[in-house]
Amino acid sequence: MIRLSEVQKSFGSNAVLRGVNLEVAKGTSTVVIGGSGTGKSVLLKCILGLVTPDSGRIEVAGKDITTQPRDEFLARFGMLFQGGALFDSLPVWQNVAFRLLRGELKRPKAEARDIAIEKLRRVGLTPDVADRLPAELSGGMQKRVSLARAIAANPEIIFFDEPTTGLDPIMSGVINDLIREIVSEMGATAITITHDMSSVRAIADRVAMLHKGKIRWEGPISEMDASNDPYVDQFIHGRAHGPIETVR
Amino acid sequence: MNALRAVGRAVIMALAIIGRVTIFAADTISHMVRPPFYWREFGVAIMQIGFYSLPVVGLTALFTGGALALQIYSGGARFSAEAVVPQIVAIGMVRELGPVLVGLMIAARVTSSLAAEIATMHVTEQIDALTTLSTNPAKYLTLPRVLAATLVMPILVGIGDVIGILGGFVVGTERLGFNAANYITNTVNFLEFHDVASSLIKGAAFGFIAALMGCYYGMNSGRGAQGVGQATKQSVVAAAVLILAANFILTEAFFSA
Repeated sequence: MIRLSEVQKSFGSNAVLRGVNLEVAKGTSTVVIGGSGTGKSVLLKCILGLVTPDSGRIEVAGKDITTQPRDEFLARFGMLFQGGALFDSLPVWQNVAFRLLRGELKRPKAEARDIAIEKLRRVGLTPDVADRLPAELSGGMQKRVSLARAIAANPEIIFFDEPTTGLDPIMSGVINDLIREIVSEMGATAITITHDMSSVRAIADRVAMLHKGKIRWEGPISEMDASNDPYVDQFIHGRAHGPIETVR
Repeated sequence: MNALRAVGRAVIMALAIIGRVTIFAADTISHMVRPPFYWREFGVAIMQIGFYSLPVVGLTALFTGGALALQIYSGGARFSAEAVVPQIVAIGMVRELGPVLVGLMIAARVTSSLAAEIATMHVTEQIDALTTLSTNPAKYLTLPRVLAATLVMPILVGIGDVIGILGGFVVGTERLGFNAANYITNTVNFLEFHDVASSLIKGAAFGFIAALMGCYYGMNSGRGAQGVGQATKQSVVAAAVLILAANFILTEAFFSA
């Protein structure tokens, strides 16, 4: 479904991606782990075309992303941003139904609102939040609204960028379970980037570890604990000592 | 050699910025003929940039017109030309002070708010979110604001011109002893269509510059609160300088020879 071949990206002298190779099969949930600043977000942005790679090839459904019509291509995606990225000036339901109120997927306002409320219900929010502004909601509720927006147009592929960052452990668990359920029931292909190991265990079918701009290890979640890779071991057990350099 | 290198670097940076702003402006304009057009955003921008700027424009013009009348009266007294107050207030406000001061006030009020709003959206990934939701940020954010500013600024400048002349009229009649009917007659008879047209055209150009700079620096802001602050500051400075430069060029074009 998604294939990255030798993808490289530098910002000035900072080489973030140094030849990333990764395949994500249709309908699977892959979690990319790695330390802060290892280029996980850049990886997702390269696939979406928000950042242009310096070299390499990215294919979605067998087609090079650079050759596909932009709107048609993006219509296949949903994305949950790290900070939610909800539009401050719009009420919650218009955030959720954003795609349904304009462009090719446009439909009557009442119908778009009904779909938005249905999606809000799906992520555990009651209809009374629909007319509130995002700033009036807690961090966990904002994350849920953002999740509802990501799934509003029933995308084939969903990206989750640090879905549990800034949430308490219970809310993190709720979001993890929601992501797992939604991805399974929609049959969507998912890529999640995180350094929260509880998310990894809850969400992943497969795990890939990004380190120093390359995929260090990739395999099914069931094999992660027995990977025998010292980098993966250090990361998943959160050890301060090991091959991954830490600044103290 | 080091000094030369520094000059060269500054020139290259300036040319690069001019190039980027030109491409940004061309891209924005090109969206005018490429659907969809976001009417709701356009309407909101008309209200934000036009309607809500009326108080600041009115007050600026009123005080400037009044001060201008006082200055011309006392300056004119040096060569017994006090009587030209109505004519000079009219031509000064319409040709020069109206468009320039309204332009600068819009740079302060609108450019800064556009830059801060869009830079915050950039920092909080809302611009990326727009793109992933199949909505072009240039179409959704930039074009409605730039178009609204370009269209409402001539109206704001026209209103500013009238209120500025009114300020001069109030000071002239109440403080300087001019006859009200004569003041109005002198003003109306003196102004030509060309003066008013140049004022409104300047307004459109300044509106375009003010909104474009706000959007450009907002879209290209750095990270964090500092990035938003830098974008806001740079946008207002760039808009103010470009408005003054454009004013000189347009004045030269309209009134030379």
